This record gives sequence, C-alpha cells and structure tokens, in this order.
Amino acid sequence: MGVTVNGTTYPLDGVPVHRSLLDHVRDQGLTGAKEGCAEGECGACSVMVLRADPTDTQAPPRWTALNACLVPRGRVRRPGGRDRRGPRHPRRAAPGPARDGRPRRLPVRLLHARLRLQHGRRVLPARPRGGAFDEHALSGNLCRCNRLPAHPRRRPRARRRPRRRPARAAHHRAGPDRPTGRRHRRRRRFVRPAGLDEALRLLADEPDAVVVAGSTDWGVDVNLKGRRVPLLVGVDRLPELRTLHEAPDHLEIGAALTLSELERGMAGRVPLLDALWPQFASRLIRNGATLGGNLATGSPIGDSAPVLLALEADVVLVGPDGERVVPLDRFFTGYRTSVRRPGELLRAVRIPLPAAGIAAFHKIAKRRYDDISSVAVAHALDVRDGTVVRARIGLGGVAATPVRALATEAALEGRPWSLETVLAASEVLSQEGTPIDDQRASAAYRRAMLGTSLQRLWHDHDHDGQRAEVTA
Amino acid sequence: MSALSQRPAGGVVGQPLPHESAALHVTGHALYTDDLVGRTKDVLHAHPVASPHAHARVVTLDPTPALAVPGVVRVLTADDVPGVNDAGVKHDEPLFPAEAMFVGHAVAWVLAETAEQARLGALAVEVTWEPLPSLVSIHDAIAADSFQGGQPRLLRGDVEAALAEAAHVFSGETEMAGQEHFYLETHASLALVDEAGQVFVQCSTQHPTETQDIVAHVLGVPSHAVTVQCLRMGGGFGGKEMQPHGFAAVAALGATLTGRPVRLRLSRQLDMTMTGKRHGFHAQWRVGFDEDGRLLALDATLTSDGGWSLDLSEPVLARALCHVDNAYWIPHVRVNGRVAQTHKTSQTAFRGFGGPQGMLVIEDVLGRCAPLLGLEPDELRRRSFYAPGQSTPYGQPVRHPERLQRVWDAVLTHGDVARRRADVDAFNAAHERTKRAIALTPVKFGISFNLTAFNQAGALVHVYKDGSVLVTHGGTEMGQGLHTKMLQVAATALGVPLARVRLAPTRTDKVPNTSATAASSAPTSTAAPSRTPASRSATASTPSPPGCSARPPPTSASRTASSAASTASRRCPGKRSSGSPTASGSSCGRPASTAPRDCTGTRRGCRASRSSTSRTAPRPPRSRSTASPAPTGCCASTSSTTSATACPRSSTSARWRAASSRGPGGSPSRTCAGTRATGRPGDA
Repeated sequence: MGVTVNGTTYPLDGVPVHRSLLDHVRDQGLTGAKEGCAEGECGACSVMVLRADPTDTQAPPRWTALNACLVPRGRVRRPGGRDRRGPRHPRRAAPGPARDGRPRRLPVRLLHARLRLQHGRRVLPARPRGGAFDEHALSGNLCRCNRLPAHPRRRPRARRRPRRRPARAAHHRAGPDRPTGRRHRRRRRFVRPAGLDEALRLLADEPDAVVVAGSTDWGVDVNLKGRRVPLLVGVDRLPELRTLHEAPDHLEIGAALTLSELERGMAGRVPLLDALWPQFASRLIRNGATLGGNLATGSPIGDSAPVLLALEADVVLVGPDGERVVPLDRFFTGYRTSVRRPGELLRAVRIPLPAAGIAAFHKIAKRRYDDISSVAVAHALDVRDGTVVRARIGLGGVAATPVRALATEAALEGRPWSLETVLAASEVLSQEGTPIDDQRASAAYRRAMLGTSLQRLWHDHDHDGQRAEVTA
Repeated sequence: MSALSQRPAGGVVGQPLPHESAALHVTGHALYTDDLVGRTKDVLHAHPVASPHAHARVVTLDPTPALAVPGVVRVLTADDVPGVNDAGVKHDEPLFPAEAMFVGHAVAWVLAETAEQARLGALAVEVTWEPLPSLVSIHDAIAADSFQGGQPRLLRGDVEAALAEAAHVFSGETEMAGQEHFYLETHASLALVDEAGQVFVQCSTQHPTETQDIVAHVLGVPSHAVTVQCLRMGGGFGGKEMQPHGFAAVAALGATLTGRPVRLRLSRQLDMTMTGKRHGFHAQWRVGFDEDGRLLALDATLTSDGGWSLDLSEPVLARALCHVDNAYWIPHVRVNGRVAQTHKTSQTAFRGFGGPQGMLVIEDVLGRCAPLLGLEPDELRRRSFYAPGQSTPYGQPVRHPERLQRVWDAVLTHGDVARRRADVDAFNAAHERTKRAIALTPVKFGISFNLTAFNQAGALVHVYKDGSVLVTHGGTEMGQGLHTKMLQVAATALGVPLARVRLAPTRTDKVPNTSATAASSAPTSTAAPSRTPASRSATASTPSPPGCSARPPPTSASRTASSAASTASRRCPGKRSSGSPTASGSSCGRPASTAPRDCTGTRRGCRASRSSTSRTAPRPPRSRSTASPAPTGCCASTSSTTSATACPRSSTSARWRAASSRGPGGSPSRTCAGTRATGRPGDA
C-alpha cells in the first residue's frame, strides 16, 4: 500500500491517517510542493493525481490538480501523484508534463495552459489587456512574489519538446485511484469502501465516523482546528455516488462527482449552475470538492445551496432503510445541521427540468474569486409574455441556514416583469432573513446587498423591449 | 569615477538573464529553509503556547502535563533563557513574556518529535491567565492616550497664520487599515549546534545580522558563536526584516538545550496571528488652499497603530511624515506623528515603509477637496506640483521638479487619458449600476535608508586557482533576483564569464554586520534586468526623506547625502537599484559632513555605528553630480475600475528607481545618531 509519486512508490504504513498528502510527500524529501496556507487557498501544495472520467469509462484517466494539503494521505493510493513544481514564470519553462520525473508545480502550468489555449500556441499577448487575461487561471494561486506574466519578447526557439508526452504511457500504467477496500490502522482509520452497502454498514457500525469526499472542508478542520476522528469514510470513489443521469423532467447529479466533473459534464444544461461554477472557489478546489459535501456540511454560506434552492432541487438520502427524497428547502434544520440522520449518506441531488431562463448567482465577497461569500443570492426566474410566472430565489449568508426568499418570490410572481415590480420586490428582499454582524460583513451591508441584487438582475437582463422606462 | 564604476564593453551587467535559481524554482529543487528539515536528522519541532487573550497576565504556567504528551521533549519557558529574554532591539519585546500583549502571543514553546505532537503538547500546557483591559482599535488607543516611542513633528512656516489667510480651508479625517504580508513562505528557522558548540541557524530572514544579534543575546553568547544563514526566502516584503529574530532565537535556544536540531515553522494561521503587519494609520487634518486652488498649508496629526511593541514603528512613522508632501509644494506644514500602542501584533516594515500611508493622506485630502473647490482632481494636483527652487518640508531641495510636469504630461499623452476619460464618461452614462473611473496620482518616493550607515553592503569574493569565483554578499534573496544581479556585477567587475562565478548563500560568518535587505537600497532592488533601460531613462528619482529629525537639516548635509547610493548605481550601471553590493567589497559611502540630528541615539544607533565602523574602507563621499537626477520622482498611474494602467512602466520605474540618495544627516557612525527611526525605509 503506498502512494506513487513521480513513478516511485512510497509506503503508507505507519503514516498517521490525518497526515496530509502534502506532508507525506514532503516527508519523502520531495520539496516541490510547499505548505503555503494549509487551507487550500494558495496553491503552493498542488499535486496532480490521475483520475478516471466518471462519465466515460473508456476515456483515459485524467491528470487532475488538487491541493495536497487538504487530502488525507489515505485518500490517494497510487495516484501517480506528481511532485510538481511548475514554472514561476511561464516564459522560463514550457508547458507539459514533467519530464524525466522532474517535478513541476502545477498552478502556473494551469495558467500557462490557459494562456496558450486563448492565444494560440505561439503568440502570447504582449501585455494582458482588458479581458484577454484569464483571471480564473490565477484563482487559487496567491503567491505575491510572482508578477503577472511578463511576456517574452521572443520565445525561446530551442528546446521545444515534441508535443507527444513521453510520460503518457506512465499515466496509464499508474492507473486511476480507485476504491481500495478497508485499511485498518491501530487507532485511526481511513476507509474507502468499495460500494454503497459497505459504506452504509461502516456508518451504521460507527456513528462517529466522518464522511469525506473532496475533504476540502474537512482538510481545513484537520489542519487549522486540529480535528481528529477515529474513522474517516471516503466516499469520493463510490460508484453509486458518481453518476450523472438525465431524465426528461429532472437531472440527477451524483453527490460525489467533483464540481469540475459537473462543470464539464453538464455545461449549458442549467444556466444557473453555469453561473455558479466560476464563482465557486478555485479550480484546485473544484477538482476535489463535491456538491454532496457542500450541502452535507451545512454551512449557511456554502455556495451551492442558494443556487440549488433557487433550482428547487431535492436531495436523495440513502440509509440502511433505503432511499428518501427531501426537498432542499426542508433539508437544513439549523446552523450546520440537517435532516440527514446518522448513518445516512447524501447520494444525489435532483434538479427539476426545464431550468428557469433568467438566472443569476450574485456572490458578494471581499475577493472576486476564491473567497467565502458575505451574502449570496441565486435567482431563477421564468418570465412569459412580460409576466413573472415563477420566481425562485435562494439566499446564503443571511440566516443560520441557506434559505429561500419566499416573500420576495411572492412579490414577483404574477406581476409584470418591470422596474416597478423589481423595486418593490427589492424592498421585500432586503428584509429577508436575519443577517448578523460578523467579520465578513455587517448586517446592514448584507441587507443593502440583498436590496440591490434584484435590481442588478434586472439591469443585467435588459430584456426584449419589455421593460418599463428607467427612471432612476 | 573609478574604472570599476563604468560599465565595460561586453559586460554581463544589463543583460536580460533568467533568475539564477529559475531552473531550481521551476523544478522544485530550490531549497527553502523548511525544505532542509527532511535532510536533517532527529529534528525537533516547536509549537507555541499562545495567549487566547488580547491582554492578560500569566499567573501560572505549568508545563508538566505537556511533558506527559507522547513525543514532547521539552517546554521552553522564560526560565530557560540564559541571556536576555528579549526578541527585539529596543528591549520591549520579551521573548517569553509574563504578560501576553495580543491574541496569539507565545508565552512558551513546546518541542516534540513531530509537529503534531508539539501542537498537542502546547495544548496540554496549563496556563492560568488574568485577563487585563485591552485596547484593540487605534481609536481606543488615542482615547486612552496609549502611545509609545517618540512623537516627531514635521514643521515649516506658520501654519496657523496661513490657514487664517487661506481662501479655502477644509478639515477631515483619513484612516487606513493594516495589511498582512502574505509571503508565501511563512516564518521558518532551523537551528542546530555544531561540533564546536557553535549555533547555526538557518532562517528565513531579511536581516541575518540582526537575527544573529538577537540569537546571541538571548543565548548570552558573543555574536561569533552564532551563524545565521539564509538560503533564500519565499517572499519577505518587510515581514521578515525584524520579525524572524524571536523565532530564530527560540529554535536556537531549543537546540542548545536539547542538543538536537530544532525546527520552528509557523503555519499560515500562526503566522498571521503572531507576526506584525503594515501599520494602519489615522490622520486628522486641516488644509488651506489659495484662490487658485494651490496648497497653502497643511496641519495634520498622523497616528500609526504600532501594536504592542515598537519594532520598526518609529522609522515607519518618520517615513510617513516625510512622504506627506508627496509631489506637492506645501508652503506651511505642521504634521505631528505618534505611535499608538494597542494589544495587537507588533506592526512592522512593509513595502513602502510608511511612505504609502503618508502619501495617502495628502492624496485623500486632494481627492476630497477637489469637488469642493470645483476642480478636477488631477488639475488640483497639478497646480501644487513642486517648482524649481522649492524644497521639501524637511529641507531637501527638490531638484529638477520640472520633470514632474513633464512626466505628468507624458502620462496624459501616452496613456491616452483624454480618450479613456471620454470612454469612462460614455460607459457611465450608459450604465446605471456599474461605474468606472480613472485617476492619476503622482508619486515621489524616497529610496534607501535614511540612516546613512545602513546604505552599505559588503561581499566576500574568492578567486580560486582555477579562475573560478565564489561570491558571498550581505544581501538576501527573496525572489527579487538579487543573486542574479550580483553574479552579473561580479562577472563584469572581474571581467570573467558569468559561468565562472558562483554565489554562495548569505551567511553572517562570510559577510558580517550587514544591513537588512530592505529599503530598495542596497540589496533589495527587485532586479529585473531586462527592464533596466526603462528604469534608467526614467527621469524620476527620489529624494530620501530624513529621519525623525523633522526640522530642516542643513542643506549641505543633504547635498552630500546621495553619494553612496548614486555611486553604486553608477558603478553598476544598468541596475535598478542603488547601492548594490559589489564584488569589490564595501560600497559604503559616507558623507563627509556630520550634520547635526536630533534623533535619539539608542542601542540601535550604536549597533549601527558599530557595524558601519567595522566595514572595510568606506568610500569617500562623492559630491553629487549630475548623473543622478534629483528628486521628484513622479509617476502617474491610473487606478480605476477599467483595470487599465496608463503608464505602468513609468510607475514601475519611478517607484523602483533608485537613483539617489540619502536624507540629510551626518555619519551616524560618528554621531551615533539614529535609532532606526532615522530612516529605514521598508523593504521592497
């Protein structure tokens, strides 16, 4: 049992369960990955692990970038994880996988890859100008030392390596990380059950077990709050939780699919989700985080809950007694609590179709990317013949749980989609919830942001000549 | 000018080379301090016992339960300190305090076999606290009259009379918060005792000499018994200029007491909780303008939030006072400065070192008064630009101020500001809920240490029999490319190919008594050699503000002031920085005159003098010549939601430009003047 890094397998025996993959890799003398923040924000610890495509079993496994500081060491078995250090400066190192087993650092490689994608293989912009530069590619990379790419006047000609990656064969050899069965440690254990039944049995036997999928939240608890538990159950590879199923009237999303997988797998299907993904943490986090985890952790400021509330999603819970479906607006019962019983797993999220046409996700946060919201508002409106026929608004950060803005919805439905309606409903919206003062924002600020959100939606959807005259 | 200071034909100085460690950075092979742990046997890990209170007395501290935690080897407390229980240079920073002064203040350290065990051990240490009243905001501190250090004053003319006569008088308050450095590499030290009993500390520090000093006095040993090495830093930004010392001392203490290597690396959470930040400032001001909208008088009180101890607060404050004028002629000035003491981390150096805070005050004044005066903000700014014959409030003549106007016009033209402004107006007219703006701000910024003795550098150059060269110098590498530059300088100066020269890590046993790598002075310059032409052509150079002496110093002093830096910059043409250490040894220039200063001499100043007198053969001062155009660096840049920068290059060059200079003032080595308050501009 071990972790394969850059082709060398390092045993895991005797490594404490809560030791992160990052620490484990560094213990082996592989210094390419660093601990910058220990909470998945800075990207200094990124590693790439090999993963199978959940939707296409025939596809070759995919190198996926993760924050190694958040990954319990047991979660990655033979990932072929590479101790990668990428170029701090794109001009100085060509993109591509590591060669000769030399480590590369990923984040900048992502950045570089994006630039190449946008600007062709040869030409980089002389200087990033309005919009040409993909800010998302920098999200999750907080190093202040690096300037934005200073672009080369001339590209180095020599040393262009063949496009075909020599390491590719090794990728396949390494194989994806897959369920590994039980792994007993003397005291603390990390178990990755092979199937749903085994997972439920484990949870029934040990009610104190903590379920982790991407461990992007749990990893922070471990690193920063020092949380330790006797049993971690990794559900991230459970096949039953990794399906993406489209029925005529709904989409069923496996709770353990990563957000990046969802982003790829259902692009364009639900406009509101498309609006969500780019604002949901960094790519490195989205590569690990799951929808199920984001809901089950029950944070009132999780990003997905307001969106799924606006989409009128249901959650599918599975326990020893079978499945039950709970509407999401009845799922949360209080601060970080839900109707999920001990021993139950969140298996999937169902989103009714068709999805609303007017959709927006307004995440008010101090940083544009990679931050936790002070207030989040998700809108999903259907407007027919100038009338709001259905309005669903999900709110985060204004109560102990994510909530629906029911009064606002009532103030919109059946009314003409006009500025008057919007302004009147904005008044209602600003009074929704019970926002508090905390370190992220004041209650007054949260209310003010609520009040402007609908207006922002209105102005961003300048529709069809149907809107009333703008007087403001 | 010596032959060495001319760039020889074909020298590698000025060539755009990759960072000397680029390949190592890229491949992850570049070692930072904490990467050494894996190569060191039997390392103990340290974890702090931190205060949960902003202000509390330690009533009892019982380490016994911690010793029962598996893996815990030792708990370090105040009783273990053989030397001075202090981590600072002002004797106001007890290393193991009896009174916690901020949340997270470490009162003891636990050493254990693993970091996890050390953490658990620290949790097990039993401390009983007696919470005391605390002052957390700067307003609380002002209300409670809680100040520390000196209260300098910048004074010129008759402010009251001018305000009485002014056509327009406004008043207001300006407040700005602090800032976390967020160097990607957190504080890290690895200490061990070698076979001869000497303490060897590998430390992520911008100031190895001071780290060595503190370690030595904590251990109660002479400096020669302590060696500090800094391989490289993953960013410093001023946060590692004074803050690493205590951590290094804890590691060294642990190593001497246990005989095993001790590693102390702060997690990001600990680092953010325990280490100082940029100073927040509060300013209360009155300002007078004449009928034409020109600045007539400024009366202001600047209060910085220094946190619990002085650290570098005094020099930061001095630098803020000296940048209040920014690029503007203010005939009558009275600015009072003071440092509030609050129960927070000890605020410290941060890029700009108070300069930005000072400039922000006057810029905020102008920005807010412009609409009241019915003028465009940039027009209001332009009207008060320095003109020929004028000098700063601290008496330094502003030379070539006409360049300010020229740069300003160039930015307006090259930056296409008129068109951008029209675009912005059009956008704003078309968008009800999203607004854009465009702004121009001049910057005149002082480079180098005001305490002139600090504007020095040294190098140890070995030339071996086979012709290869090994260079060790006093500056530290933190990603800015200093080592690359030094390689170029050495190769050029010695006339050998670059490949013949190798750099060894910065160590106090190779080059002693160094200045901090800070202040955009000697070794900090963020060298990007390829940009050199731009920097050189930039007209902007900057006067260095003087230290806490706020009264106008003699002009003779300020005229001599620039020699060292400009010397060095001429000697290393093509480099952005001044005062680069060179292969030929010390580039320390000292002014001939010893102008009087009224700075308080302290241990700090004496230390400085000690170090500078021990330099080898300082260069004689040079009279200021034309090569280094004087003051008035002006750069205009836009800050706006358009995310466009009108002239980034000029902004860069003006800021980093290091053509001159030092403030007025004499040789501290002789007068023993100057705490660091006399001028330590921050790191860059």
